[in-house]
Amino acid sequence: MENEFENIPKELFEFAQLNEVLHDKKMDTKARGYFADAFLRFKKNKSSVVAAVIIAFLVLFSIVSPLISPYTINDKDGIYQNYPPYVEGFAEKGSGILNGGKVLASQNEEALDKWKAVAKETGMDPVNGIVGTEEVESKHRGQTVISKYYKLELNQYYAVGIRTQTFSYEEFADIQRFQDETGIQVIYPWVEAKDIENITDASIWYKVKDAKGTALKDANGDWIPAYSSNSEIEGAPYTSHRIDGDPGTWIYSVRKSGAVSCRFSYYNYYIYKNGHAPHYLFGTNVMGQDMFMAIGVGARFSLLFAVMVSAINLFIGTIYGAIQGYYGGKIDLVLDRIADVLSGLPFIVCVTLFQLHLSNKVGVVPSFLFAYVLTGWIGMSALVRKQFYRFKGQEYVLAARTLGASDKRLMFKHIFPNSLGTIVTSCALVIPSVISSETNMTYLGIVDLSSFAGTTIGTLMSQGQSVATTSPHAMVFPSIFISLLLISFNLFGNGLRDAFNPSTRGMED
Amino acid sequence: MWKYITQRILLMFMTLLIITAICFVLIRLLPLPLLPAQDPHTEVVLMEREALGYNKPIPVQFGIFLKNVFTKFDWGVSDKLYIGRDVAAIFADKLPATMIVNLYSIIFSIPIGIILGIFAALKKNTWIDHTISTLTMVVISVPSFVYAFIIQYIFYYKLGLLPALMNSGKDYFTWSMFKSMLPAVMSLSFGVIAGFTRTTRAELTEVLTSEFMLLARTKGLTKTQATVRHALKNCMVVVLPSIFGAFIGILGGSLIIERIFSVPGVGSLYLNSINGPDYPLFTMLTVFYTSIGLLAGIVVDISYSFIDPRIRMGSKK
Repeated sequence: MENEFENIPKELFEFAQLNEVLHDKKMDTKARGYFADAFLRFKKNKSSVVAAVIIAFLVLFSIVSPLISPYTINDKDGIYQNYPPYVEGFAEKGSGILNGGKVLASQNEEALDKWKAVAKETGMDPVNGIVGTEEVESKHRGQTVISKYYKLELNQYYAVGIRTQTFSYEEFADIQRFQDETGIQVIYPWVEAKDIENITDASIWYKVKDAKGTALKDANGDWIPAYSSNSEIEGAPYTSHRIDGDPGTWIYSVRKSGAVSCRFSYYNYYIYKNGHAPHYLFGTNVMGQDMFMAIGVGARFSLLFAVMVSAINLFIGTIYGAIQGYYGGKIDLVLDRIADVLSGLPFIVCVTLFQLHLSNKVGVVPSFLFAYVLTGWIGMSALVRKQFYRFKGQEYVLAARTLGASDKRLMFKHIFPNSLGTIVTSCALVIPSVISSETNMTYLGIVDLSSFAGTTIGTLMSQGQSVATTSPHAMVFPSIFISLLLISFNLFGNGLRDAFNPSTRGMED
Repeated sequence: MWKYITQRILLMFMTLLIITAICFVLIRLLPLPLLPAQDPHTEVVLMEREALGYNKPIPVQFGIFLKNVFTKFDWGVSDKLYIGRDVAAIFADKLPATMIVNLYSIIFSIPIGIILGIFAALKKNTWIDHTISTLTMVVISVPSFVYAFIIQYIFYYKLGLLPALMNSGKDYFTWSMFKSMLPAVMSLSFGVIAGFTRTTRAELTEVLTSEFMLLARTKGLTKTQATVRHALKNCMVVVLPSIFGAFIGILGGSLIIERIFSVPGVGSLYLNSINGPDYPLFTMLTVFYTSIGLLAGIVVDISYSFIDPRIRMGSKK
């Protein structure tokens, strides 16, 4: 009976409708796929588009900022630490921004005078402005003494003023060569402590009345230089140009056991060392690194890491969820138990144990990555599993199975594409959550990625937190960056979800 | 119902046991920290290690560990941070601070969160709703140490109203202590408020558009009556369990906030035990945090089934 149909000769077959006219109207419009449709819907959502632009900008920032910054992550300045944003030339303009200004309270007359003297000697005025004055009355031996205190905005970079340091003879000679070439005065004449009432502040170059540092002025109200011309002091040869008013006898250095000690302007020395003036758009952190560059370096790592983690978790979660959802029954039950146990493990424990066990063997970053991979895929697999449960019983799957499609083909060719939308969306929401938890972990110091990544946003923020009240910029800039990044990623993810699953629009979970 | 609850609780214990076993083994495999030679406590720690079978195979050690925990609630003695002191006692010492700070925070923030959520849902698609929703989204996205910084900067540095760090000491109910807790409480509250606003709003908007609300209006109820009697009740099906979850969560506290404001609580103890490293302390706190997580989940699920018996979380479909 069956055999009768098996060997029907080819000629007996004929087309049902070969030359007939089809009366259906031909579709004029172009067919639009699922993704194109989603994209159209996404474009309508203004806030998500803005978020996408901001993300693009921040990603660009993280790539570009280390390139355009004159500094690298290894440039650590020993003095300019936790200093406010400064770009050369802004301080003199009085624009109020990028001038390295920080307000210092309770500066007395002597202090104000000292800053003015620093301005006179180095030609760089550290006082950006006097913010306020207050008068404090106090009783001194029965008399009322009024002392005036100033609140000054000081340019921190100029306020470093003159320092004393020991150089080798070679470096001392090299600085002189630099002075001759550029005309920038780095080395200033020596002042002996005994001439200025044994005050150790290297910025004081004038004659003083007392150990408090009250200046002794001449008839015109000018400071009287206390530069040493003691010819008994042995120094290194100084052939470079001398400062104004030098009668030619002032000495510029003092010998200190095989090296030479001198007074030098740190700002100009910085120019000598780095070839350019300080240029810290976002200020510096506690290690003297440029924040502008460091944020970029940290963010670059965070973003790459987050993308990598979500890609791996996506892969594992999809396969795991597909097997769970497709086979169901006992397999599902067992796999679900495993996922349950893993999801019960607190993430911080997971990270810590991986660090303790593996960081010596495979490195900090891989063991950190393993910690994410161990539990990160669970959410994704649950999503995929749900989609598989929904679609595996549908007629088209049955039809494909009847036609002899293998399990693998059914899973990944027929059912899986249905869950693509969900996956894309959750991916966009996984990235910010990875960034956020990575920031938390590095912030808490549980993982130290500085040796691998240079720095991370979390590390920068934990450094900034310790000086949050005195140098808020060290906290503000990374905070703004990370907040903006996370907010835009979440907005973007919500927009994607609405675009891919229009039925859930407006639900926020 | 009871069968479901017992089942869930048994499963929870099984999960907890497995996680404990895994963590225990991994922790015991680590090299032990060196003990200070001159310290008299070293003797105690060494004796304790002998009693806990540190030189026996790990399964035996695990057996001894479980026996001690179940019979005497003995988690061993600290061997680094608080050398020679009983781990459970240190933990009990730290728990009140965490609980009080978190309790204040959720007591303040849950009502605010729910009220904001209701407000947003009732004014759906007006500027009020948009503002509340956007703020909620922003607050949820921004990491908690950013608020901590803002609060510290404004209230301590700029205004000088509150201290920067929490007082040490144990007089939890004095005014100065309360004042010193406030920055931490406020920083914790942001997240809780935003979470509850979001849940309430999402749930209430869904309820408000459902058909029984229309029926209630057609019966002649005013909008307020319908909202209070029908919508809010139904919305609480979701909100109430998360309140229970939040109450369990107060035990755990927040690692970051506790560290920033130097709250002498469990969170900072945990961080110290990791950085120490102090393995007996770390083991106990790991078990503690795992159980908090599992407990919060199970309480939420079970309270769902009490409030709305149609819902059976995690049961067979």
